[in-house]
Amino acid sequence: MVQFQPSVDAAFAALSDPTRRGVLEQLRRTDASITELADKFHMTLTGMKKHVGVLEQAGLVMTEKVGRVRTCRLGSRGLDEEAAWLEQHRRLWAARFNELDNVVEQLKQKEKNDERNRKQ
Amino acid sequence: MSATESSEQVQGALTRTDRRSDREVVVTRIFDAPARLVFQAWTTPELLMRWWTPKSFGITFISCEADVRPGGTYRFVMGHPSFDQPMAFVGRYLEVDPPRRLVWTNEENEEGSVTTVTFEEKDGRTYLTLSDVYATKAALDEAMVQGGIGAFPEQFEALDGLLQTLH
Repeated sequence: MVQFQPSVDAAFAALSDPTRRGVLEQLRRTDASITELADKFHMTLTGMKKHVGVLEQAGLVMTEKVGRVRTCRLGSRGLDEEAAWLEQHRRLWAARFNELDNVVEQLKQKEKNDERNRKQ
Repeated sequence: MSATESSEQVQGALTRTDRRSDREVVVTRIFDAPARLVFQAWTTPELLMRWWTPKSFGITFISCEADVRPGGTYRFVMGHPSFDQPMAFVGRYLEVDPPRRLVWTNEENEEGSVTTVTFEEKDGRTYLTLSDVYATKAALDEAMVQGGIGAFPEQFEALDGLLQTLH
């Protein structure tokens, strides 16, 4: 079997759709068949097959057909790169903003004091 | 301080990050202060130095030069115990519109992003939005893989793990 390494681009394109993000969210909890996913997201089987196909191409989902049921589970790529990066980005800014809060609070106090001094 | 005030502060203190498009990442946060003060803290080097390198990240400023006016340049040099040498972050201010809008380039890498910060004031509070727009989708993907501005040493290990999955 040919080892196919999907591009990061394909993963991001796959993630641009809210239904596909929902499917990944769902699969993070538990594996599901295409029929179950179609029901869950109120879609036709064909529509859901297309979404799963895009996710599969991007390496985000793996499917396996046993008998007549195609089961979907998270692919090896998962959501890791993007989710981890965004979380890291958020932590950096959250830490900066917490310190910025203190600076701004001091500026606010200083304005109040200056105001009070002017009035006196 | 009233109870309402403190619960609003807790909510406002939430920093959110979202990927808005294949080229844009957005950070939002609310500050309990007028926009002019938040803008001032962002555009005065002495004040900027007090918050830009959070203590919890172990990074410290070595120098901070910022000529905050359209066309002016900035150069932030930072250190961390595990850096071999200081890291310089450089770029140019494109727009300076106090106290509403600040736009600058990030030129320490090729294909760095352009950062736009908007300060919207409502009822004495500032709704801040910081957007990083990359020239191409590939540039943002690359920044994510490399770690970009979020890649401080404590995260390198996690990144290494992620990079493995790309090979």
